[in-house]
Amino acid sequence: MSTAQPSVVVLDYGSGNVHSAAKALELAGARVELTADRDRAMNADGLFVPGVGAFSAVAEALAKVGGGALIEKRLIADRPVMGICVGMQVMFEHGVERGNQAPGLGEWPGSVTELDAPVLPHMGWNTVEAPEESRLFAGIHDERFYFVHSYAVQQWQLDPQPPFTPPLVTWAQHGAKFIAAVENGPLTATQFHPEKSGEPGIRLLKNWLQSL
Amino acid sequence: MGVAVRVIPCLDVAAGRVVKGVNFLNLRDAGDPIELARTYYEQGADEITFLDVKATVDNRDTMYDVVRATAEQVFIPLTVGGGVRSTEDVSRLQASGADKVGVNSAAIARPGLIDEIADRFGAQCVVLSLDVKRSTTVPSGFVVTTHGGRTETTIDALAWAVEAIERGAGELLVNSIDADGMKTGYDLELITAMREISRVPVIASGGAGKLEHFAPAIAAGADAVLAASVFHNGELTVADVKRALAESGVVTR
Repeated sequence: MSTAQPSVVVLDYGSGNVHSAAKALELAGARVELTADRDRAMNADGLFVPGVGAFSAVAEALAKVGGGALIEKRLIADRPVMGICVGMQVMFEHGVERGNQAPGLGEWPGSVTELDAPVLPHMGWNTVEAPEESRLFAGIHDERFYFVHSYAVQQWQLDPQPPFTPPLVTWAQHGAKFIAAVENGPLTATQFHPEKSGEPGIRLLKNWLQSL
Repeated sequence: MGVAVRVIPCLDVAAGRVVKGVNFLNLRDAGDPIELARTYYEQGADEITFLDVKATVDNRDTMYDVVRATAEQVFIPLTVGGGVRSTEDVSRLQASGADKVGVNSAAIARPGLIDEIADRFGAQCVVLSLDVKRSTTVPSGFVVTTHGGRTETTIDALAWAVEAIERGAGELLVNSIDADGMKTGYDLELITAMREISRVPVIASGGAGKLEHFAPAIAAGADAVLAASVFHNGELTVADVKRALAESGVVTR
């Protein structure tokens, strides 16, 4: 971490409860700004991409503020980005909703598809299986996180060969197994809402801030 | 393993104050919804629901302030119901820090409201709130009421729930008017009937009085249990309820 208090821009592009995200990041120790301004978003230590609702709606809203190019530019420059919920889903190639396919940002291969579960949306606190080496979940054991979604990525397809570091993938289960979090260089993402997951969520955000 | 059953305290708020009996010794201001929400958060509440019981235009700004102040210190999902009539209301509530909105009478008057909110904010944002009474006037035996149960409609509660889910409701908050305030337990038949027709989560509401009332609601098919007065007047804590559920073999956080 370059400064004592890292700066984070919560990308304000009209999706979801950004107020809570900003407050949770502040509590975790960040200096937070809510904006869609490209320069501010580019220059912050971390970029936080929230997202709720339909995949296609989030992808469209993100495109309107040039979010895709901004995220791409940051990642190329090795500058951290964290996507939450549908903000994670849009990092994949496409989303399939009610039979229609919508394009995502394609940072990772794979599709976002409906979970096969008796009760949907998957709404509530669930457990996760994080890899031992995870920095995001460091010091967080046997805790539950708050999920609310009906769609998820159910297969991890990116398998880079050395010298590239393999991404760390965290799994959860609701009906089917699905991806709950990914740590891949500067790009981090969670399907659950750390900003709505009480103390464990705040600790996870602290872990992310420490990596900035 | 699996998703945990949620315990949800509900705060009935009017003009920025919690109405219904509140009797907490350790609160500086017993009727302050923000402080009460914070107490429940510390006790392990999985979500908080605010019900704006006098959702007049004048009162509205107070509710936004309550939600905003709560969202600054309570990092669990917040639902706000009462007086939600348009996507603009939802937009303002979400900007204040609400994650979900409860729709009730405005959706009965104009069912398209559910589609509008779900299209713009996602189904996970729309909780259909139903005040249900037993009645022989409708096929299922459960009728929808309005005005806190005082006015009976001609709408079958199960048929309405099915329609609302098709329109995009992501959750059902099923409140039994018969059981509400009786403290004799949830209406288990109503919960079972709702579970049978619903693929979305079902929240049981109305009738909780004792620790042993919660597990049967889950066995009947509820994904979450909501209660108000037993928490406010200090009879039970959220932690007590979760412990009792866990002792009955129910998965809790």
